[in-house]
Amino acid sequence: MAFRYLPMTEQDKADMLAKIGVETVDELFSDIPENVRYQGRLRLKEAKSEPALYKELSDLAAKNVNVKNFTSFLGAGVYDHYIPSIVDHVISRSEFYTAYTPYQPEISQGELQAIFEFQTMICELTGMDVANSSMYDGGTALAEAAMLATGQTKRRTILISEAIHPEYKEVVKTYAKGQKLQVEEVPLNNGVTDIESLKNQLTDDVACVLVQYPNFFGRIESLREIEPVVHGNHSLFIVSANPVALGILTPPGKFGADIVTGDAQPFGIPQSFGGPHCGFFAVSKKFMRKIPGRLVGQTTDENGNRGFVLTLQAREQHIRREKATSNICSNQALNALAASVTMTALGKKGIREMAIGNIQKANYAKNVFKQNGFEIVYDGPSFNEFVVKLDKPVEGLTSYLLQSGVIGGYDLGKVDPKYAGQMLVCVTEIRTKEEIDTFVEKVRAYHHG
Amino acid sequence: MVKDNFPLIFEISKPGRIGYSLPEIDVPETDIDRLLPEDYIRTEEPELPEVSELDIIRHYTALSKRNHGVDSGFYPLGSCTMKYNPKINEDVARLPGFAHIHPLQDESSVQGALELMYDLMEHLKEITGMDEVTLQPAAGAHGEWTGLMLIRAYHEANGDFHKTKVIIPDSAHGTNPASATVAGFETITVKSNEFGLVDIDDLKRVVGSDTAALMLTNPNTLGLFEENIVEMAEIVHAVGGKLYYDGANLNAIMGKARPGDMGFDVVHLNLHKTFTGPHGGGGPGSGPVGVKKELIPFLPKPVLVKKNNEFFFDYDRPQSIGRVKPFYGNFGINVRAYTYIRTMGPDGLRQVTENAVINANYMMRSLAPYYDLPYDRHCKHEFVISGRRQKKLGVRTLDIAKRLLDFGFHPPTIYFPLNVEESMMIEPTETESKETLDAFIETMIQIAKEAEENPEIVQEAPHTTVVGRLDETKAARKPILKYVRE
Ligand SMILES: Cc1ncc(COP(=O)(O)O)c(C=O)c1O
Repeated sequence: MAFRYLPMTEQDKADMLAKIGVETVDELFSDIPENVRYQGRLRLKEAKSEPALYKELSDLAAKNVNVKNFTSFLGAGVYDHYIPSIVDHVISRSEFYTAYTPYQPEISQGELQAIFEFQTMICELTGMDVANSSMYDGGTALAEAAMLATGQTKRRTILISEAIHPEYKEVVKTYAKGQKLQVEEVPLNNGVTDIESLKNQLTDDVACVLVQYPNFFGRIESLREIEPVVHGNHSLFIVSANPVALGILTPPGKFGADIVTGDAQPFGIPQSFGGPHCGFFAVSKKFMRKIPGRLVGQTTDENGNRGFVLTLQAREQHIRREKATSNICSNQALNALAASVTMTALGKKGIREMAIGNIQKANYAKNVFKQNGFEIVYDGPSFNEFVVKLDKPVEGLTSYLLQSGVIGGYDLGKVDPKYAGQMLVCVTEIRTKEEIDTFVEKVRAYHHG
Repeated sequence: MVKDNFPLIFEISKPGRIGYSLPEIDVPETDIDRLLPEDYIRTEEPELPEVSELDIIRHYTALSKRNHGVDSGFYPLGSCTMKYNPKINEDVARLPGFAHIHPLQDESSVQGALELMYDLMEHLKEITGMDEVTLQPAAGAHGEWTGLMLIRAYHEANGDFHKTKVIIPDSAHGTNPASATVAGFETITVKSNEFGLVDIDDLKRVVGSDTAALMLTNPNTLGLFEENIVEMAEIVHAVGGKLYYDGANLNAIMGKARPGDMGFDVVHLNLHKTFTGPHGGGGPGSGPVGVKKELIPFLPKPVLVKKNNEFFFDYDRPQSIGRVKPFYGNFGINVRAYTYIRTMGPDGLRQVTENAVINANYMMRSLAPYYDLPYDRHCKHEFVISGRRQKKLGVRTLDIAKRLLDFGFHPPTIYFPLNVEESMMIEPTETESKETLDAFIETMIQIAKEAEENPEIVQEAPHTTVVGRLDETKAARKPILKYVRE
């Protein structure tokens, strides 16, 4: 059978086997011992033609409710934002997406420069000195930040705010298990990290304190108050930030964060059922040589022309092996490119305008909920998310909303039964007043119905 | 090509230009000072570029032209399986029902996505001969660490806390020992013998009751099949250790041998290699992990299950190592891999392997007269030659790599394996035609001649790229890692 990805003709094959000096292909596999050679035919679905397969997979995709056809108020770490049309056009250029890690800089200047620009923009947004070329996602980036801190301080306890994304917390705990580290949660007070508890938990074994900004419940953590407490204990201050919020919020770097991580998904990256997204990792200068993952640096060629290369590779696994700062190799480069294009399109003005759009629309939605008699749990300054209290299970509401074309907020009861009846609502800049009004109306109808 | 100082996007920025179109704020607005505490309102604007939409497109189009991908030309980067990235995969991954679904949507509203994931897992189980698969890991290295964490959890559940060592061959990829460290293990290196295979006597010497696992890729990174795999499995299993398979080299054995049948207990796959996920300039990848039965209880949660033709996530996994990633893995890459597997079917995948192995052996035999072949036997999907003959003439492997750029080829892998001097690891893949292979072979022969007759032309390469050879030492000595406005 012929396949369109396999150019070898029967004649090619005969010529090549002759050159190799074997009669049959099987001879090339004679080094596989008889008893482990696979003799059967793999029980896989049969090959399909391009049109037939496209049809089948389109039908499968159509079984899913998607945020393009439905109005979504679901966030919780993955957001429905404006994606400029140009993003997909740029990342669809196959010189970018069919390349690999730019090991050969002279033929990879495009990728290297794009990543250098990405590193610059992440530094600008976070207020940090150095950013790497990307991590898998916001969760593993945060976990790696905690690992950096424990290695640096030689302390073995990680304090993590209860208001960090629950799935990020789980990832941090899994990484910590590998290194036999302790992870302790810092409880909340009105939806933000409780400073008094934090002070009590800060022992001389605490390597770092992890908070999220804005936090999982949408609240703005008091970085200004937390920082001196953390540094007073010689622990590292690690902030997981939503990069869109940094269009309006004071960057964590300004408050003295040592490491800022997060996920650039809000910048032009489709939700894609949770991945691939794009972790980022930024540090203050003193941790430059401790940063995990790839870094692009500027240099010159023999004629003095500017050029870019992968640099400080002595940190990395392919040189340092078991002593590397991290095991990461492939990262999320193409999504970093998507985020770069989006940050470029938004620019200095657009990033602020977008952030303000989120705050204004979410604040409006919050007020409409209040006017309709709903309690906002942890009321106070927030970004694009807030928590609404219901007297009925959120689960029923979710199904009810789905029937009328709305993807409701996140059922916090799934995180912890103590949050049962609470819904985390996300309102981004792309929701309209009408959509918000209809949403609240539907929640009210369900609630009172 | 013209050499130039190509501008950064920041250098073409001009105040007043915009490249975005945001929806209007159609709700009643509140003063921002009343919505946020004063301290928390940003006072310094981030220095993002101010450019028009066409500026952006021109900038990135120009950048793309300064980049080499598989679609631009041959890319025999060993161990990375730079095969063609099918275009239907891209179309399918962009269907709104796959690209624009939220991971926390109600399970009833994403049954199509779950069905695809489940069927992909079934296919990967069959291809590898394993009993269960998780799609959570984001890339190969992430899969390695996940697999090692599973092995650790398994040993600890059996009370074997003293199993703290992972044995890794000297030819292994750097992520193997790095992942072992992150998973809390100590790495023990096992030597290769004169045939390029794991030295069984050395293995017997280093193996012991403290052995948690032996981590291998088979064929190994020299492209050679570890013929003694069954004996090695017995040696490791005899002391209660587990066998770990680095699936970076699965392209060599599809439909020919299965890690599960060779005695491997855990395997990770690189869907961005064997299964055509595009490499993206460095990622994203996807690194699913397959396991044998006794390791299933420890898999990351949640685990996707099927019941009465419905799919859902099972979070009730008391022995799970926990989550290794938020949500369920790099779904978008998994969609591409699934599309590829369904395009090829069982015969197609076996054909892929056969053609990849023929291509590699053909190139190896064609180059053998001109470069040193450290291990003279059939290779699988890739092979390693050494430039030590050329080194004596003052031409390093790095020079040969740079010279290849002048002919429009991406060079082979040259930074590992570490057990071969001046190594060049060449992986042609099955999607390349004989004509392409021949053109590359001829170029390599020409470079070998140049090394003898005119070494400067090789030593001073590249000559035709947009920049000349770049000063990496300078980059590392005084790192400039971001643009700073003057
Ligand atoms: C043999 C081998 N193992 C592991 C890896 C790591 O895979 P990844 O880059 O997806 O993390 C690679 C790829 O670079 C490899 O070639």
